[in-house]
Amino acid sequence: MSFTEWFGQKVLLLPPLASENGQGVDDLIVYVHWLMIALFIGWIAYFLYALYRFRSSRNPQADYIGVKNHASSYIELTVAAVEAVLLIFIAVPLWAKAVDQFPDAKNSTVIQIVAQQYAWNARYAGPDGIFGAQDMKFVTSDNVFGVDPADENGKDDIQVLNEIHVPVNKPVIIHLSSKDVIHSLKIISMRVCQDAIPGLRITLWFKPTELGRYQINCAQLCGPGHAAMTGGFLTVESQADFDKWLKSKTGAATSFE
Amino acid sequence: MEIPYTVHARPDTGLYNAKIGIWLFLASEVMLFGGLFSAYILLRVGADPGTWPHGWQDVTLGTINTLVLALSAVTTLMAWVACKVRQFGKFRFFHGCTLLLAAAFVVIHLTEYNDDLTHYEIHLTNGLIADGHMLENNPKENHVMIDGRYVKSESDLIDLRGQKIHDTEIKIPRSEIKDMQSYGPWHNDYMALDFTMTGLHLLHVLAGSIVIGFLWLTGPKMWGKDPERFTNRVEVSGLFWHFVDLVWIFLFPVLYLT
Amino acid sequence: MEPIIHQFPPYRKDAAPSAHDDHGHEHHEPNFIQKYIFSTDHKIIGIQYGLTALCFLLFGFFLMMMMRWQIAHPGNPVPVIGPLLEKVLGHPAANGVISPDLYNSLGAMHGTIMVFLGIVPLAFAAFGNYVVPLMIGAVDMAFPRVNMASYQAYFLGGLVMFVSFFIPGGAAQAGWTSYSPLATTIPTHGQLFWIIGMVLLITSSLMGAINFIATIIQLRAPGMTWMRLPWFVWTQFVTAFLLLLAFPPLEAACIMQFMDNVAHTSFFLPTGLAVSGTLAHISGGGSPLLWQHLFWFLGHPEVYVLILPAMGIVCEILANNTRKPIWGYKSLVYSVLAIGFLSFIVWAHHMYLTGMGTKISTFFQATTMIISIPSVIILTCLFISLWGGSIRFNTPMLFVLAFLPMFGIGGLTGLPLGFNVSDVHLHDTYYIIAHFHYIVAPGTIFALFAGIYYWFPKMTGRMMNEFWGRAHFWGSFIFMNMVFQPMFAQGMAGMLRRMSNGGANYSAAVNARNGAEVIGGLSPFIMSLNTWILWGAICLGIVQIPFIINLFWSIKHGEKIKNDNPWDSTTLEWQTPTPPPHGNFLHPLRVYRGPYEYSVPGHATDFTPQNEPPENVPAPTLSPAR
Ligand code: HEA
Ligand code: HEA
Ligand code: CUA
Ligand SMILES: [Cu+2]
Repeated sequence: MSFTEWFGQKVLLLPPLASENGQGVDDLIVYVHWLMIALFIGWIAYFLYALYRFRSSRNPQADYIGVKNHASSYIELTVAAVEAVLLIFIAVPLWAKAVDQFPDAKNSTVIQIVAQQYAWNARYAGPDGIFGAQDMKFVTSDNVFGVDPADENGKDDIQVLNEIHVPVNKPVIIHLSSKDVIHSLKIISMRVCQDAIPGLRITLWFKPTELGRYQINCAQLCGPGHAAMTGGFLTVESQADFDKWLKSKTGAATSFE
Repeated sequence: MEIPYTVHARPDTGLYNAKIGIWLFLASEVMLFGGLFSAYILLRVGADPGTWPHGWQDVTLGTINTLVLALSAVTTLMAWVACKVRQFGKFRFFHGCTLLLAAAFVVIHLTEYNDDLTHYEIHLTNGLIADGHMLENNPKENHVMIDGRYVKSESDLIDLRGQKIHDTEIKIPRSEIKDMQSYGPWHNDYMALDFTMTGLHLLHVLAGSIVIGFLWLTGPKMWGKDPERFTNRVEVSGLFWHFVDLVWIFLFPVLYLT
Repeated sequence: MEPIIHQFPPYRKDAAPSAHDDHGHEHHEPNFIQKYIFSTDHKIIGIQYGLTALCFLLFGFFLMMMMRWQIAHPGNPVPVIGPLLEKVLGHPAANGVISPDLYNSLGAMHGTIMVFLGIVPLAFAAFGNYVVPLMIGAVDMAFPRVNMASYQAYFLGGLVMFVSFFIPGGAAQAGWTSYSPLATTIPTHGQLFWIIGMVLLITSSLMGAINFIATIIQLRAPGMTWMRLPWFVWTQFVTAFLLLLAFPPLEAACIMQFMDNVAHTSFFLPTGLAVSGTLAHISGGGSPLLWQHLFWFLGHPEVYVLILPAMGIVCEILANNTRKPIWGYKSLVYSVLAIGFLSFIVWAHHMYLTGMGTKISTFFQATTMIISIPSVIILTCLFISLWGGSIRFNTPMLFVLAFLPMFGIGGLTGLPLGFNVSDVHLHDTYYIIAHFHYIVAPGTIFALFAGIYYWFPKMTGRMMNEFWGRAHFWGSFIFMNMVFQPMFAQGMAGMLRRMSNGGANYSAAVNARNGAEVIGGLSPFIMSLNTWILWGAICLGIVQIPFIINLFWSIKHGEKIKNDNPWDSTTLEWQTPTPPPHGNFLHPLRVYRGPYEYSVPGHATDFTPQNEPPENVPAPTLSPAR
């Protein structure tokens, strides 16, 4: 485990990480905190020394001029420089990777998720790998995805509530939206967090690297049930188990007629 | 102790207090309407293609109102000039005109609101849409009567520019009505924006009229005491009035012409 | 009381009687009502603002205490006041337990009240009103009646907010950010009250802002050039502009949300919204993000409204108690101006996770990083000002000294939030709660305490008790940190804010119930911190008692001050009788120098008031570095 990782896990108490994309997030958090800690310690040391040395009892006559050099300007410039570096070389590229460079849908797991008070609806394309056509005008309380009942592709689609399974080491693409109010899909160990906004469909992706069952949090106040919106779980399993699970659900494909 | 520069300008800033006050206030007003206009832009750009209404407002009435306000701007200016050259009679005359014009604007605008609120879009059980002015809508009767027309789908109602619309009296049994809705703010985003923006503007017109009316009534007393100060007040209220006009100059094309 | 005379000009003993000629209301002494309720005197209005705001601060504190109890002991009836709660609030507090709805009301109103009814009125309106005209040598604010109206609007707004707790269903529940559609879909009327209250408060702030700017531009005493203004006046000046230009868009947004709730428009409601089962019967076509943009366009400048006046107070007291000029006055001025401008173009850093593209997010990350630099410069200048000083550790100074690192912590922890990648993990966690509370609570509130202890003698002619002042300081300092420090750990671990049960459902214990061991829950240690914080908050409340008593006791019984300038200060507010009469100054005065001429070499005293005529002052004073 690298020093950066050790620092993140042991000093900053970051929770366990289980995705590829999360590495960048953790690294940046650690780097920024190094900057913060450096500034903090530096200034606190100076601060306490100054208070001790220039207390009135020890230094009854104040100096009209005070500091003559311009060391401070250099400190300020350094801070600015470090921030610029972090921004240009880490933050921006990582964000571009997250929102612009999507893995191609063919060899990744594509899921549609629609949040509602207070649960997560997920939808898989099913065996044919094609989602049924959708339209707002079909949206009802039990057809939250607005799937077109007429469309054949929709027939084998799989819809589940809260229990979301994905295969490990394979990118997951999520098309996220909400049915009622704004929620926010947060999977701490995947280091993903994305608001689910009604009327918008936002796409995000991540690549789980560790097997396990992960808590899905709702990070946006969405009503009295916000704190209790804890039913959602992401299960990362082997490709084989995933296929088995998918098959077991195929029968349960919901019909909207 | 007296507060300085209430009447005469401070040498180094060249302004008297109230003038700075009103300019700052107008700055905040710009941000207020700016917020609404940015909402307009965002909603219009975000609207699905072909759903944004065109030609829903009566351009003739709008144009008349624009002219009315433009004219009132002139009379306001004249009123101030009259004060400057110390001709109180002229001031009263011109601001009298301003008040009348303001009243005219308000009346015309209220009739427009009335038109919108009595204009109904009625969805019929047979899929057709009846659209027009409500003539009679008496709960006791089991039919409603509108002066309007039938259209096949909502899309026919979106862009009314250059449409030849000949309305006829239509009598619709309530049994055939799926749902009906007037063209109030709830009708769609366009109507919502129209009512909100023009409504807020109308409130400003009323506020301005009250101030000007107050000056018009109490003028003689104050004029006698301190014409300089009174002139300042006229100027300040005038600045506000010009701003209200300016806002309309933006509202008119945005809501009536495009 | 008759003014206490101070040997040194601006007015000499013989001059004192002239107070009467100048004193406007001498002949018909105004009665109590005219004098204290409907006063147009900026000093009275300042005190009105101050007391009202302190009460709201206390109220906001109580709201928070109830939340902290619920967080530490979810579902347990609130001790002591539990039954009372049920009586006054009814169903939402059924048998003394805080229901999720009530919790959301408490959260939303704690935020709203603390920001708009507590800190802003205290930092901007109260201190601004009392101190700014005195500092610039003005007889009053430019528009005294507008000033009174502004206070009345504020009071009314506060009343509306307060009343909303007692209407059926209780106060607003959508957070102080009032995001639509939630704010519109909640069936109760709390949100309407919130909107109406906000419009009143906005009106009040606008009137205040206009008044301040006009006053500072127009009523500066002769010789009080811009670069001779005490930095506190600068911060108030910029703050006023922030309020003036940032609030109206929120007003527009409030109007639109009002229409959404009342006239069933759908400014913020998209098509195909299906709220709780049925499709909402609305035309749709609106945009939830529109609200967020309008809110945060205010929201970010607003947070600088919370901090800038505090920084100003800190600067004044720091200079006075280091007995030396502030280091880098010019860069302080430019920095505060820079913050003013930049704060209008960073708002979307609150919206990183609403699906933002690379270009836009890059822009807002860049501006966010850039705006942190002026803050760094300001703190650096203040820190460096300590060097070479002769530091007096009195109560105001203690609070000021604590402010520096506390703001530092709050500010520094803003940086990881400023990068959207790291924000992904920290967004909406307690890390953010800790971030801004470090700035507004041990930051701004400490600065305000300092200001109260510092200007109290000017307002009353008496000192506040020093011993209890120190007790108040050490208690507050320790317990503030005890409350907020653990929140960083909780946030890092992923504990979310606005959890009506303190995240109990997300804790590891609960997860075990769901079968397989679940990753991403909160560890028992993280959860145990909630109790720790609760006790911290309780003690924090207790140590405020000496302050409250001290404040009121000292008005009558505090130690009388020897002269009008007990702190040996250079700025003009100390060159008046104590307390200053209506009209403030007995003589028209003139300003000859900058605000912080302390320890001028060769000068008799170690402070040279701005209005001391040059003939009393030795050779041209060399100006400090920068
Ligand atoms: C007064 C209030 C205040 C101030 C001044 C700031 C200052 C800053 N804030 Fe903060 N912020 C808030 C109040 C404030 N904030 C609030 C209320 C929220 C939450 C709103 C909500 O969602 O409810 C928030 C949320 C918030 C977010 C959104 C997080 C999210 O929701 O995901 C972000 C993101 O960029 C952010 C960033 C910053 C930055 C970069 C600064 C910078 O300006 C900070 C610059 C300062 C420094 C860099 C410190 C410099 C000091 C030194 C160098 C000396 C150090 C010395 C010692 C420590 C001894 N803040
Ligand atoms: C200026 C703003 C401000 C201030 C000062 C505070 C002060 C405090 N806040 Fe506040 N808080 C917010 C603004 C503020 N808060 C906001 C905006 C939110 C987000 C709301 C939302 O989620 O929508 C929030 C949310 C928030 C939460 C998160 C709730 C949640 O997400 O579920 C918590 C939890 O602990 C908290 C705690 C505290 C504490 C312990 C203090 C303490 O520092 C309190 C200190 C105060 C005192 C110690 C009282 C001093 C009073 C006196 C001395 C009175 C004197 C009286 C007389 C003389 C008459 N706050
Ligand atoms: Cu869903 Cu919070
Ligand atoms: Cu911000």
